[in-house]
Amino acid sequence: MSDTTQNGSVLAADGTPLKRSLARALRRQKIRALLLIAPLLLFVMLTFIMPIGDMLFRSVENDIVSKTLPRTVVALRDWDANSGEAPGEEVFTALAADLQIAAEAKLHTRVGSRLNYETPGISSLFRKAGRKVKKWDVENDGPFKEQFLKIHKGWGDPDVWRTIQTYSPKFTNGYFLNAADLQKGADGPEWRPEDEQIYWLLFKRTMFMSMVITISCIVLAYPVAWILANLPARSANLLMILVLLPFWTSLLVRTSAWKVMLQQQGVINETLVWLGLVADDARLVMINNQFGTIVAMTHILLPFMILPMYSVMQTIKPTYLRAAKSLGATNWTAFWRVYFPQSIPGIGAGSILVFILSIGYYITPELVGGTKGVFISNRIAFHISSSLNWGLAAALGAILLAVVLVLYWAYDKIVGIDNVKLG
Amino acid sequence: MKLTKLSALVASTALCAPMAMAEDMANELTIVSWGGSYSASQKNAYHDPYSAETGVKIINDESSAEAVAKIRAMNEAGNVTWDVVDVVASDAMRLCDEGLADEIDHDEVLAAAPDGTPASEDFGDLIVSECFVPQIVYSTTFGYRTDLVGDTAPTSVCAIFDLEAYPGKRSLQKRPIDNMEWALYCDGVAKDDLYDVLGTKEGVARGLAKLDTIKDQVVWWTAGAETPQLLADGEVVMGSTFNGRLFSAIAEQDQPIGMLWDMQSFDLDGWIIPAGLSPERKARALHYLNYATDTQRLADQAKYISYGPARASSAPLVGKHAELGIEMAPHMPTDPANATNVHTYDYEWWADNRDDLDAKFQAWLAK
Repeated sequence: MSDTTQNGSVLAADGTPLKRSLARALRRQKIRALLLIAPLLLFVMLTFIMPIGDMLFRSVENDIVSKTLPRTVVALRDWDANSGEAPGEEVFTALAADLQIAAEAKLHTRVGSRLNYETPGISSLFRKAGRKVKKWDVENDGPFKEQFLKIHKGWGDPDVWRTIQTYSPKFTNGYFLNAADLQKGADGPEWRPEDEQIYWLLFKRTMFMSMVITISCIVLAYPVAWILANLPARSANLLMILVLLPFWTSLLVRTSAWKVMLQQQGVINETLVWLGLVADDARLVMINNQFGTIVAMTHILLPFMILPMYSVMQTIKPTYLRAAKSLGATNWTAFWRVYFPQSIPGIGAGSILVFILSIGYYITPELVGGTKGVFISNRIAFHISSSLNWGLAAALGAILLAVVLVLYWAYDKIVGIDNVKLG
Repeated sequence: MKLTKLSALVASTALCAPMAMAEDMANELTIVSWGGSYSASQKNAYHDPYSAETGVKIINDESSAEAVAKIRAMNEAGNVTWDVVDVVASDAMRLCDEGLADEIDHDEVLAAAPDGTPASEDFGDLIVSECFVPQIVYSTTFGYRTDLVGDTAPTSVCAIFDLEAYPGKRSLQKRPIDNMEWALYCDGVAKDDLYDVLGTKEGVARGLAKLDTIKDQVVWWTAGAETPQLLADGEVVMGSTFNGRLFSAIAEQDQPIGMLWDMQSFDLDGWIIPAGLSPERKARALHYLNYATDTQRLADQAKYISYGPARASSAPLVGKHAELGIEMAPHMPTDPANATNVHTYDYEWWADNRDDLDAKFQAWLAK
């Protein structure tokens, strides 16, 4: 009878308020649930989220300059970049001290190549200076300005010092500006010279071509998926193998096969010439351009469209169509008003898969895309593996990721993400 | 009690094992190279005899194309799994600048020539970076279809820009290096002034304008195997690639292809040792380098592939192809008959300007 205290709260059997005891039980349950998924969560965190976060962080990270040249950065604070003259002796003294330590640790060339991304020529300034500075006595060998100028006259170039000053903060927006064809000007961001602008163009092209590839996949996959879903199981399985067979073939093999098909001395052109449809000296150019990329990538990504469509279409009962027809609908109306709306979740799932995959593709465009058919991912790959400008690659990747998320959000608003099914 | 004893035992053996090995050298080597016939030539000339002599197990990794990025990633992760890496000279320079490759004292590590000339003199100018041990001299040069160029075979590199005399497509590497130099050279710039001109905005514009004249007729390649294939298919009438690739298309596959050696662009390929190796692994790597780059071994490699040995003292020892039995010397880029007009590209200049020029080149390509 003592379940209720004087102030009205309900007590559990052991005398604690029921509310608290309930909360405790729930918490225990939650913790148990959390512990059960903890391994997976930890795995995803460690192998997916953290590396990606770390990589993206490089797009703003810039502490190499202030870490390697701490004294120079401080001494350079008072220098006026618009003076048109190199800084004075005190900066060069600081630089000598910094470089000596850096050269001992072999870090001077690293900062040189970092700054060389912004102003060509700086990397060899640091490489050459490092060799000499090692032998100097920083306390007594001054003044240093003249000695630096003797190593290379580039040390007297105010542009070099402006770059060092501009990139001395720990964080920079420089990579992102560069990724959007901008650069740091005297007063704020400004466009790069026209002959260096490329990333906008590539972003737009990537979006446009991925869209075209997705649409051609929809158009080609829909009838195939429909046939697969409506055939008796035995023949459907046989056809399914035909869909999956290219899936199991190496990507490079499939891409090279398209080369053999599409090139000017290739199978298609030879056949057309033999049939007399195309003159021998006017063979079609079907590869090393956008057309080549679209054809090859549509083929490669087609299974990603067929499979979700097929599994959704399988769940659509044929009785619906029959019912529609018995109520007087024509074939077309029955399809368009009854069947098609039910297959949209499959189209949605397939489109998202194909679109996102094609945005990140780079091997196929590199091989069959020529100059007009390459994607932004080709440049990202270049900066990761060849120019080693990982900051810029990270900035480009971050922008691409943001664009995909925005598109995903827009898709959710327009079609609704609940309306996507893989089967 | 028993458990603690056991775990102490396990811990002490685990600690002892690496210490015991530290006294001598590691007995396993992971060597990274380019794959294909090039790796095969190294296996025949260096790896197999070295393994036979020392019992060291050599693991071949064909990742040289992504070596720079991978070494950086390994270095940041603090787990370098490669011991010796084959890279082109410009990559060696980049790795050295980034502190990702160890500096090497050439005279101390490498063997002297048979006549006693120290290694640094035997290799001479080819040591373009403190971290780099040169191995071969190769060249990027042109091959042409003998049956598609008409009666007069091209003798000058400027045939590339001559669409009237040699109509048809040509293939060029998708990068500014070499192409810009050839363009300026054929636009009338003297060989000695190439980099002075290229260093100016007008010079870059001039080079690109020259390339513009053939832009519609160019197939751009990224892998060395593409040009020989394009030539074999008759897709292009002429194209640039590495001379060894052309040699194998001509000599081994009997394709109707001719060599155009004019203004061939010399480049170097060689070894670096990644930074951050344990002392015993580094000792083994240096021991291997000493063995694999001595005068005789470098000459041996030329039996399997038509790249010139980087040592001056190896040149007289170059013999016949191991299987075809043809004299290899006339197929070397360094052969006097082939090297009458060569272009040697300026590593330091490109290290400074590569990123800048590449941005301009790519923007030009995309337009």
